[in-house]
Amino acid sequence: MKILTGNDLKSGAVTWWTGYDWSIHVEDAVDVGDEADAIAAREEGARRVNAPYAIDAERDANGGVRPAHIKDRIRALGPTVRPDLTLKPADPEAGNWVI
Amino acid sequence: MYRYDHYDQAMVDSRVEEFRDQTRRRLEGKLSEDQFKPLRLQNGLYLQLHAYMLRVAIPYGTLSGAQMHALADIAGKYDRGYGHFTTRQNIQYNWIKLEEAPDLLADLARVEMHAIQTSGNCIRNTTSDHFAGAAADEVVDPRPYAELIRQWSTFHPEFMYLPRKFKIAVIASQTDRAAMKLHDIGIRMVRNDAGEIGAAFYVGGGMGRTPMIAPCIREFVPVDQLITYSEACLRVYNRYGRRDNKYKARIKILVHELGREEYTRQVEEEFAHLLTQGIEPPLAELERIATFFADPPFETGLADDVDRSDPGFALWLDRNTLPHKQPGYAIAVISLKPVGGIPGDASVEQMHLMADLATRYSFDECRVTHAQNIVLPHVRKADLFAIWQQLEAAGLGAANLDTVEDIIACPGLDYCSLANARSIPVAQKISRRFADTGKTAELGELKLKISGCINACGHHHAGHIGILGVDRKGTENYQLLLGGSEGDDTSLGKITGPGFDEDGIVDAVERATDVYLARRREGERFLDTYRRVGIDAFKEAIYG
Repeated sequence: MKILTGNDLKSGAVTWWTGYDWSIHVEDAVDVGDEADAIAAREEGARRVNAPYAIDAERDANGGVRPAHIKDRIRALGPTVRPDLTLKPADPEAGNWVI
Repeated sequence: MYRYDHYDQAMVDSRVEEFRDQTRRRLEGKLSEDQFKPLRLQNGLYLQLHAYMLRVAIPYGTLSGAQMHALADIAGKYDRGYGHFTTRQNIQYNWIKLEEAPDLLADLARVEMHAIQTSGNCIRNTTSDHFAGAAADEVVDPRPYAELIRQWSTFHPEFMYLPRKFKIAVIASQTDRAAMKLHDIGIRMVRNDAGEIGAAFYVGGGMGRTPMIAPCIREFVPVDQLITYSEACLRVYNRYGRRDNKYKARIKILVHELGREEYTRQVEEEFAHLLTQGIEPPLAELERIATFFADPPFETGLADDVDRSDPGFALWLDRNTLPHKQPGYAIAVISLKPVGGIPGDASVEQMHLMADLATRYSFDECRVTHAQNIVLPHVRKADLFAIWQQLEAAGLGAANLDTVEDIIACPGLDYCSLANARSIPVAQKISRRFADTGKTAELGELKLKISGCINACGHHHAGHIGILGVDRKGTENYQLLLGGSEGDDTSLGKITGPGFDEDGIVDAVERATDVYLARRREGERFLDTYRRVGIDAFKEAIYG
């Protein structure tokens, strides 16, 4: 699947396209098929996202969304060396999802 | 320390307001990202892996207590409670909001700091010896010259759009503590046979994907021609540097392709021309700057004896303090490398403490080192125990300077959008491995440096042991290099062979150190043994 990601213009936070809005949670991302460029242009023009780009991802066994490349998985979770600053600070296994 | 004059302050303040207006226009949609990106980068604001990142310049690594307090306040107010001291004597904040960036820059300006020219193809923060003004072996304090270069290079209209970024380091001792020969221009202040101060110019060094050691192109430039000669070096580069290929655009490639002799000839020709133009600042300006770097009022008659009865303190004393030019004083280095920690990171509380220690014990001054540590440059030996106790209580008491635990590491793939692999977890595992096995002290001086990509922000080429993270089909992989050095005997490390995974590289490092322990001779450091026995003995042990 192809998913769309970028950064929030004001805060810089990593965001993912949900089909109608942007979420900081990668599990909310939807397959954009071949619509990535059109969505990116429209959303960037409306300043709802900064520097959007499409990436490859897959659905995992639990139905979650897992970016194909480790760089995007780290973007999705947060720095692996600061679990307290990730989106899942209480989940000791969260780092394993990245690797 | 240098203090801003009216012109410095006005320039920085006006730049803040200019950026405030640019940011407002970006947020209102009047500037596109393509238009805004070069503007924010000129103010040190990157868009990194998780958020905006701000890189703040710390000229020649020198900070007052008030400035360190301000950096701590910024970490608490605008970031997530910490900052990252970098390998170029800067500090980076990883979680900055664009809408708050102008206020942050205004806070910086209030303590005479900024983020100007910490990105882009311009002359970056000028670095220097972190022991400047305290080391006994320096010819002169290099910082007035670094400050003169800072003033000359800031907003220099001719050099704002160079072929690539440009880094200058200035030292003034035979011992190189600033990796001077691995800069675009390395300057060593020297004294000639007549006793006059001048500058030796080394041009065309650097790390990155094509590491090169800068050759000396002139052994003595009179001090009243320092800026003119620098301008000549830059002008030749600006004219002929490769703008057609980003990977061949650094001055090292130009110097290499032209050859040292031809590049030098062109510089000398330009220099002769520039001497007729009268561009050199008056010596009185250098003398004015130098007054800011006069020695602090050292006490005399202090004892050199220190009570070593506490073993933990004695260890820190041996490892993290160095001789000072003034009897009764020492240079104390605060390690930002706790075992298993993140190299270069400091919390708000730790930064406030270091600021307080600088103010109370070190004439209100501290330094950032390119090895990502903090220096208290002028400490009475009688105060060392009190300092160590406070550092210990704050998690800053690691006694590991220049050991295998004192690892330089770039932010790597945990933070950096350019990185191919994570650096920090490797550093953490290595420091834990050697702390657990108890070999750190036995290994003595061993400089280990890790970069998460070929850009080499972690100085892996210059590590006695270097590690380069690469992307192998989407998986992190780590190459091992041996034999690099950034000191007086600058050398570039050689890759040992195929790379390793994250655990494998830790094992490989340990096997390399085992070779050293087995084969070293009396008094040899790891690097000395490596140079004597050669790479093959290490490869055999590493790859079996």
